[in-house]
Amino acid sequence: MATELEDPIVEAPPTPGLADSTAMGLSRGKRARPLFDPPIVRRAILDSFVKLNPVTLAKNPVMFVVEVGAALTTALMIRTLATSGTGFGFEFQIAAWLWFTVLFANFAEAMAEGRGKAQADSLRKTKTSAEARKLGPNGKIEVVSAATLRKGDVCICEPNDVIPGDGDVIEGIASVDESVITGESAPVIRESGGDRSAVTGGTKVLSDYIKVQITSNPGETFLDRMIALVEGAQRQKTPNEIALNIMIAGLTLIFLLAVVTLAPFAQYSVDAAKAGVVPSVIVLVSLLVCLIPTTVGGLLSAIGIAGMDRVMQHNVLAMSGKAVEAAGDVNTLLLDKTGTITLGNRQAVEFIPADGVSEADLADAAQLSSLADETPEGRSIVVLAKEKYGLRGREIGEHQAEFIAFTAQTRMSGLNYEGLAIRKGAMESIRQHVTEMGGEFPQKMVDVADGISRTGGTPLVVSSNEKVLGVIHLKDIVKGGMRERFAQMRVMGIRTVMITGDNPLTAAAIASEAGVDDFLAQATPRDKLDLIKREQAGGRLVAMTGDGTNDAPALAQADVGVAMNTGTMAAKEAGNMVDLDSNPTKLIEIVAIGKQLLITRGSLTTFSIANDVAKYFAIIPAMFAVTYPSLNRLNIMGLHTPESAILAAVIFNALIIIVLVPLALRGVKYRALSAGALLRRNLLVYGLGGIIVPFPGIWAIDRLLGLLHLA
Amino acid sequence: MTINGWLQIAIFFILIVACAKPLGSFIATIIEGRKNFLTPVLAPVERLIYRLCGVTETEEQHWTRYAGALLAFSLFSAVLLYAIQRLQAWFPFNPQGYGAGNVSPDLGFNTSVSFVTNTNWQSYTPETTLSYFVQMAGLTMHNFTSAAAGLAVAIALVRGFARQSIKTVGNFWVDMTRAVLYVLLPISVIAALVLCSQGAIQNLHPYTVATTLEGAKQTIAQGPVASQEAIKMLGTNGGGFFNANSAHPFENPTPFTNMLQMFLIFLIPGALTYTFGKMVRDTRQGWALFAAMTILWLGGVVVAYHYEQRGTPMLANAGIQMSATDTQTGGNMEGKETRFGIADTALFATVTTDASCGAINGWHDSFTPLGGLVPLFNIELGEVVFGGVGAGLYGMLMFAILAVFIAGLMVGRTPEYLGKKIEQKEVKMAMIAMLVLAASILLFSGASSVIPFAAKGYWNPPGPAAANINNPGAHGLSEILYAYSSGTGNNGSAFAGINANTPWYNVTIGFATLIGRFLMLLPLLAIAGSLAEKKQVPVSAGTFPTHGPLFVGLLVGVVIIVGALTYFPALSLGPIVEHLML
Repeated sequence: MATELEDPIVEAPPTPGLADSTAMGLSRGKRARPLFDPPIVRRAILDSFVKLNPVTLAKNPVMFVVEVGAALTTALMIRTLATSGTGFGFEFQIAAWLWFTVLFANFAEAMAEGRGKAQADSLRKTKTSAEARKLGPNGKIEVVSAATLRKGDVCICEPNDVIPGDGDVIEGIASVDESVITGESAPVIRESGGDRSAVTGGTKVLSDYIKVQITSNPGETFLDRMIALVEGAQRQKTPNEIALNIMIAGLTLIFLLAVVTLAPFAQYSVDAAKAGVVPSVIVLVSLLVCLIPTTVGGLLSAIGIAGMDRVMQHNVLAMSGKAVEAAGDVNTLLLDKTGTITLGNRQAVEFIPADGVSEADLADAAQLSSLADETPEGRSIVVLAKEKYGLRGREIGEHQAEFIAFTAQTRMSGLNYEGLAIRKGAMESIRQHVTEMGGEFPQKMVDVADGISRTGGTPLVVSSNEKVLGVIHLKDIVKGGMRERFAQMRVMGIRTVMITGDNPLTAAAIASEAGVDDFLAQATPRDKLDLIKREQAGGRLVAMTGDGTNDAPALAQADVGVAMNTGTMAAKEAGNMVDLDSNPTKLIEIVAIGKQLLITRGSLTTFSIANDVAKYFAIIPAMFAVTYPSLNRLNIMGLHTPESAILAAVIFNALIIIVLVPLALRGVKYRALSAGALLRRNLLVYGLGGIIVPFPGIWAIDRLLGLLHLA
Repeated sequence: MTINGWLQIAIFFILIVACAKPLGSFIATIIEGRKNFLTPVLAPVERLIYRLCGVTETEEQHWTRYAGALLAFSLFSAVLLYAIQRLQAWFPFNPQGYGAGNVSPDLGFNTSVSFVTNTNWQSYTPETTLSYFVQMAGLTMHNFTSAAAGLAVAIALVRGFARQSIKTVGNFWVDMTRAVLYVLLPISVIAALVLCSQGAIQNLHPYTVATTLEGAKQTIAQGPVASQEAIKMLGTNGGGFFNANSAHPFENPTPFTNMLQMFLIFLIPGALTYTFGKMVRDTRQGWALFAAMTILWLGGVVVAYHYEQRGTPMLANAGIQMSATDTQTGGNMEGKETRFGIADTALFATVTTDASCGAINGWHDSFTPLGGLVPLFNIELGEVVFGGVGAGLYGMLMFAILAVFIAGLMVGRTPEYLGKKIEQKEVKMAMIAMLVLAASILLFSGASSVIPFAAKGYWNPPGPAAANINNPGAHGLSEILYAYSSGTGNNGSAFAGINANTPWYNVTIGFATLIGRFLMLLPLLAIAGSLAEKKQVPVSAGTFPTHGPLFVGLLVGVVIIVGALTYFPALSLGPIVEHLML
C-alpha cells in the first residue's frame, strides 16, 4: 500500500488517439533543479552572513537566542584574550561553533529561498521591454510600452507577439506558447468566449490573431504575482508554523530557566562540596544552545519555503503557504468526472449485433459510418473495429460516397455508399429513421440499448437502410490506476466525491467502477457550492478543482481550490492555487505535499527534542567534574575531558543542522498509510532515532577532538 | 520486596479500577444535572442553595466569567480563612486557648493561600497552632471547596472537548455546588465513620495530659480528626490535623485505614477519567488516560519500593538487615511507621505525590536518594498521575494537547484531539501553563539556595536562606527543590528537613502555590473556551487514534521527557548525585 511521494501516485497511461492527454504526468520535474545547484549554494553562503543581522533574526526566537549566546561568548573570549589568556583555545572554539550554528541555520533558509529566487529571475527575464499594440479610441493602433497598459485597454496580438498583459480574448483565436508560465512547450488554443478566453501576459502568440482586453494593471499581473510567490517575498507564516514556533519558543524559555537556575544550584553545590567552581557563562551558554530546539528552529522556515517550492515543482502555483497546509488537512476531495476520473470522452468498447447480423458486418458498417466522424467517439469506433476485427480504415473518396454529417435536427451521422444508407445515432433518432424507411426496430435491440444505459454507457444504434444492424456500446473509460488511488485516499482518511452532470444511474455506475466514495449527479454549480458548504458545516475541509467561470464561487468556498491554468481569469482569482498544467488529478499530489510539509516539521521537532537526552549526559557530568566527581558515572559515552565533552556536544548540535538540510528541503517521505501506522513509523525513526543518534555522534566528535589535540 | 507488599499494591490498584466506572458515570450524571439516586434527598438542598445565592441553575458562563467566578470565590475564601486564623481567639471550640500570637501574618497568609489552592502546605504544627474551630470551619471547609473548584475546572475543560460551536463552558457555581453536595459530602461522611470505627478520634475535648510509664508528662492532642481526615484524602488536600499527618495513629490508626486513605486519594481522580470519556462520548478516551496514569504510577511505585527495600550501603555497613524476613521488613525503615512497613510507605509516598494530595505516612526526607526522587519527580511532572481532584485530569489533558500537537504533525494533519483542532491558541496556553510552573519551581528554588539575609532582618534568620535546611550537601538541595515543587504543584507534602516557617519561605512558598494553581487554571480555562467554540472534525482513517496503546505510550513519553528535560540539571545536583555518592 505504501507509495512514496517520489513516485506520482498515478500517471494516466498514454492513450493514443485521444485528445485528452493534456500534459498528464509530464508535470513533475519540469521545474526541478538539483538540490545543491552550485550557483544557488554560492548565493546561499553569502546570504547566510547577511541574515546574521539581529533585526531579521529576531523573528526566529530560537536562533536569536543562539546568536545572543554567540555574541556573549565572543565578548568573553576577547576579554580572556586581553587578560590571562588561559582557556582561550576552548572559548574560541565554542564561540566559533556557536556562530556556525547560526550560519548553518541561515544557510538552510537561504538555500530554500535561493531555489525560488533563481526561478523568479528566469521569470523576470520574460518581463523585460515588451511592447504592446494598443487599440486607440478611434480604432487606430498605437505602439506603447506594455508597462503603460491599464485595465480595460484593448490590444492586438499577432504571431510572434508577446502578449503584453493578462487579459481576455475578445475576438479571434490563436495558438499561444505558454511555456514561460507552464514550462510546457506544446502550444495551447486561446479563443474568444467560453472557458478558454484567458491569456497571460508574457506568453507568446504563435499563429493567427487575437484581440485582447487587458484585465490587470501593471505590477498586479499573473506573472508579477507568480514572481512574488516563488520568491517568497510576501511569505507569511502558516497557522501550524506559528503554533509550532510558539511551542519551540516556549521550550526555549523553559530551557533558559533550567540553565539560568543551574547557576545558583551550582553555587550551592560548590559551597556544599567545597570543591570546584560554578560553571562559567560560556559553559552555561553552551548547555543552553545544545538544549534549545536549534535543529527544528534552524530548519523551520526552510521546511516551509521548500514545501512551497515542491508545490511549484509540480507546476502548481500556490497563492499562500496556508493553502498548501490546508491541503494536508483535507477530508473531502471533489473531483470532476470528466477529465479527472474518466478520460475526456466516451469510447466504443463493444459491438452488439441484431439477430441475423454478424458482428463483423456490424463492425464494418459502424466503421463506414464513422470514417468521416472526427469526434473522439467516432474515432474510437474506427479504432475498435480495427483492433477487434482487423478492419483497416478505407480510403473512400467524396465521389464514392456521400457523407452525412451530424446535425442537431437529425441527431444521426453516416454515409450513403454503394446504395446503402448507413446511419448511426441515438436510439430514438434511428428508430424514427428506420420506421420512416418502412423498417421495424427490433425489441431485442431496445432491451440491449436500455441495458447499456443502465450500466452508465451510451448506446449508439447502427442501421443500414431500413434494417437495424446492432448497437455500439460507448463507455466512459475510467483512467488507469484511479481505483488504487482512491483506495489510498481512503487509507489516508480522505473521502472522494465525484461530480458529474450525468444522471444518477450513469453516475452510480461510473462511481462504483472508479471506486470513489460518493458522487453528486446532475450537478449544477449551485449544487457543488451547497455540497462544499454542507461538508464544511460538518467540520470537514474540502478541496476541489475547477476551470469555468461558474466554478468560481465553489473554488472560493473550498478550503483548497485549484484552478486550471486553461480556465478563466475568474476561476483563477477565486481559487487559492493554479495548476499550470491544468491537470485536475494533481489535486491528489497537492494533498500529499501538504501532509509531507507537516510531517517534516513534526518529525524534526521530535528529533530535535529527543537529541537533548544525550547532550545532558555529555555536559552535566563535565560541568561538575570537580565538584561532584561521582557524576562522572553519567558520562556513559566516556568523553575524555570536560572541555572536549562540551565542545563535542556543541559541534554535534551545529553539524546536525547541516546534515538535515537535505531532509528539510526534500521533506520527509510521505507514505499513504493510516495515521496510526504513520505515527508509529515516524516516532520510531525520529523519536527513538533522535534519542540514539547523538550518542555515537558526540562520542565520535570527542575522539576526533582528542586526536587533533583540540580539547 | 515481599509478596505481601506486592499484594497490597495490587489490591489497591484493583480497588481503583473497580470504582472508576461506577463513580465516573455517577459524576457525569450529577454534573449534567440528571436524576440520580441522591436526587430525592439532595435536590431540594441544591435548589435552596441556588435560591439563597441568587444563582440561576441554567445560566451558562463564558470561560472568562467562569474564571472570574472562580477567582472571586478563591479570593473571598482566602481572605476569610486568613481572618479566621488571626481572630481564632474570638471563636469557640478553642480549648487550648490559641490566639493571634500563634499565627503570624506571614504564616496566616501561607496557610490561607495554601488551603485555598488545594495545596495544604503546612509551615506550622497544627496541634500547637490552631483551634478546633479553625480546623473545622476554616481548613476542613476549604478541603471541600478547593477540591470542588478543581473538579469544576476539569469539567469545564472536558466540556470544551465535548461541545461544539458554543461560547460557554458551564456555570462555576452550579458545578461547585454539585461537586460538594453529591460527590464530596456523601463519600466523606461514610469514610469518616469508617475511620472512626478503626480508632481515628472525633471529639472537641481539651488535650489530655498523661503520665507515661517512665513517669514523664505527655500532652496528647485531641480533636475532630476523622471528619477532616476523610476529606483531606478524598479531596487530595493532604493537610494533616496533626503535624505527623497520616503517620499519626489518631489520623491513620491501622493498615486498613492506610489502604482506605490511599484509596480515597485516587478514588475521584481515577473516576474522572471515566467521566471524561463519558462526556466526550467515547469511554475509550478516558481509559487511555487512565492507562497512561497507571503506567506512570506503577513506575513510581516500583522504583520507590525497590530503593527503599534495598536500603543504602551505609545502613548495610551498620549491620542492618536489608532483605525482608518473616519478622522484619528489612531495608530503609528510617522515618517509616512499623505498622505500615516499606511497601505501604513507598506506595503511600508515590500515591500522595502522583495526586496533589500531600498527606504523608512516613518522612520522605528519610527515603533513600532515589526513593525520595520518586515523590519529588512526581510533583515536578505536574501531578498528572491521577493527580488532584480535577487538577490531575486537566493537567493530563494539557499534556495530551502537547503530545497530540507534535504527534499530529507527524501524521501530516493539523493536530486534533477528540475532533478539536489544536491550534495556536491551545498551544500557546498550554506552553504558558508549563512555563509558569517550571519558572516558579526553578526560580524560587534557585533563589533560596543562594540568597543571603542580613544580620537583623525580618525575612529570615541571618545568613543564607539555605541555612534553614538541616542536611547540607546534595540532600539539602533536594529539600529546597521539594519545598517549592510541592508548593507550585499544589501538593503540600514536605520533604521536611527544612525550617520553612520564616517570612521568606512562608511568603515565597505561598506565592508558589498561587502561581501553581491560578496561572495554570486560567490558561486551561482559556483552552476550554476556545475548544468549545470549535467545530468537531469527524473521525476518519487520517485521524490519529487517541485511544490506543500508541497514544498511551506517547503521552507517557511526553510527560516524562518534558519533566526530565526541565528538571534534570537541578535533580542531577540533588537526589541523583546523592545516589551516585552512596
